[in-house]
Amino acid sequence: MDTNISIQGQGALITGASRGLGRALAEQLATAGARVALVARDAGPLHDVVEGIRARGGIAHAVVGDIGNKDAIHRIAGQAQGLVGEIGIAIHNASTLGPTPLRLLLDTECEDLAAVLETNLVGPFRLTKILAGAMALRGAGVIVHISSDAAVEPYPRWGAYGVSKAAQDHLSRILAAELEGTGVRILSIDPGEMDTVMHAAAIPDADPASLQRPAEVARKIVSMIGNAARAPSGARLAAPQWEVAS
Amino acid sequence: MKFTRSMPRRDRVPRNHSAGGGGAQLRTEEVSRHAVRLVVIDSDVPRLVPFGALPQLLRAGDLVVLNDAATLPASLPGVTGDGALFELRLSGPIDGNRLSGVLLGEGDHRTRTEHRPAPPMLAVGERVQIGGFSATVIAAAGRRVELIAPLAGDDLWQAIYAAGAPVQYAHRPELLPLYAVQTAYAARPWAAEMPSAGRPLTWDVLLGLRRAGVELATLTHAAGLSATGDEALDRALPWPERYELPRRTVAAIAAAKARGGRVIAVGTTVVRALEAAAQQDGVLHAGGGVATLRLDPGYAPKIVDGLISGLHSPGESHFDLLRAFAPRERLERALVLAAIHGLSSHELGDACLILRA
Repeated sequence: MDTNISIQGQGALITGASRGLGRALAEQLATAGARVALVARDAGPLHDVVEGIRARGGIAHAVVGDIGNKDAIHRIAGQAQGLVGEIGIAIHNASTLGPTPLRLLLDTECEDLAAVLETNLVGPFRLTKILAGAMALRGAGVIVHISSDAAVEPYPRWGAYGVSKAAQDHLSRILAAELEGTGVRILSIDPGEMDTVMHAAAIPDADPASLQRPAEVARKIVSMIGNAARAPSGARLAAPQWEVAS
Repeated sequence: MKFTRSMPRRDRVPRNHSAGGGGAQLRTEEVSRHAVRLVVIDSDVPRLVPFGALPQLLRAGDLVVLNDAATLPASLPGVTGDGALFELRLSGPIDGNRLSGVLLGEGDHRTRTEHRPAPPMLAVGERVQIGGFSATVIAAAGRRVELIAPLAGDDLWQAIYAAGAPVQYAHRPELLPLYAVQTAYAARPWAAEMPSAGRPLTWDVLLGLRRAGVELATLTHAAGLSATGDEALDRALPWPERYELPRRTVAAIAAAKARGGRVIAVGTTVVRALEAAAQQDGVLHAGGGVATLRLDPGYAPKIVDGLISGLHSPGESHFDLLRAFAPRERLERALVLAAIHGLSSHELGDACLILRA
């Protein structure tokens, strides 16, 4: 692997970790030797994933919480750091589409737009505010925002989600500019289309065979996290174009 | 000559109010962390500046050391098997499934700690409910207890963060949210009470220090409780407190000393950890430890050259600690200046910078 930053022994936090890409990221970071705190809203599926990682010898802990809930953020960060110690890698993976089937913006309730922004933008912002400071004082850390091509392309009916992801991309760039020189890397990563529950909710008639597997995308993202030269702070990277050196 | 943090000061009747300070009366309100003012005590004439001016007050080559402990929701509601209510205040980090702390009687922080009814006396082996889980008492000495919770780590942390709240005192009736007691660089939740001297250190100030050539380094110190409701126990505070001093911080301190820079501690917890880590032979040792030493006006710091702290009046135990860094008269003049300008001695209030002459 072209890793130049060691994942072994690091504390990692992943939101939306009970399924899809978040689950795959947690599994691969644990395999690479990270102590992983998995965050998700529902305890049941989350515990199954944690147990699975432990059964394979990994270090994993469950933190039940909703990233879109302001009151939950310090609890999530506190539990995670109580369980795995200092966080060196944080991945903002949890996100919501808002109501599905997806609606035109003019048919989107204001409250639904606000709720999408709360989970996809404000929640990650709050969590970064807690975690990035200690990273900057330690002189090392990686914060990843999972983005989407909906952040760039104005797809009709993807309004609330697209707006939240575009704003998150810019949040990522501005954080990178403000933290330049501190050793903290802020990345925005478009994973591409994957065979996940979320994708099925958005595009029910997509052919799963045409979609990437979450595990293969997670492998690329872990490779990006480890590669400060090819994945510098402030970068927006696309997983389908990323080649993992072997 | 106790070495306590700042929390309980309006929780107690001041000792001898005519003790000094020219009767200087400080305000006791909370101050926004963006509006904190700083009394600079580096000569016989104190000065008052906005806290944001800190980068101009230090020199390139100086090193600022911060305590990166996050604050636990250390106040937990409890009930005995007989239905007696109590409050458990964690006094240190959660160690696996062991909790250690202090019991307070029924009621909440709005009653002054020393006026709270006595807590139920727990016996070793007794089972109690803490928050939403049961725990077994494994050690008890008066209101000091140690408990074991038969829960896996994940569930225990989940339950503590669901049921717990920051430790508070009677001078602030409103409930503090957890975010209000965290510094902008907090990491592992080790502190029973906020290491509050770091509260005004916004990232604007921290990055400003870096740009001014001032280095930053961290340690983690498990700031404990500053009051227990029991006078005899209070006299023994601070109890031994766990700390961890990273190798990179030991190296940064050595480099600062070698280039003639000063080591500035943010908060008395940092002083305690650094001085404890050098206690054996005057040389700093990296790694984990337990700080047992007590600092008083006669203490000559081996490592620390300056201190950023909250404001404390004569008669408060904390004031005595500041005297390790400046003569009493100098501190009293600074307090008069602070009083004239309406500064606040609240733990979420204004601050001072003391540099050893």
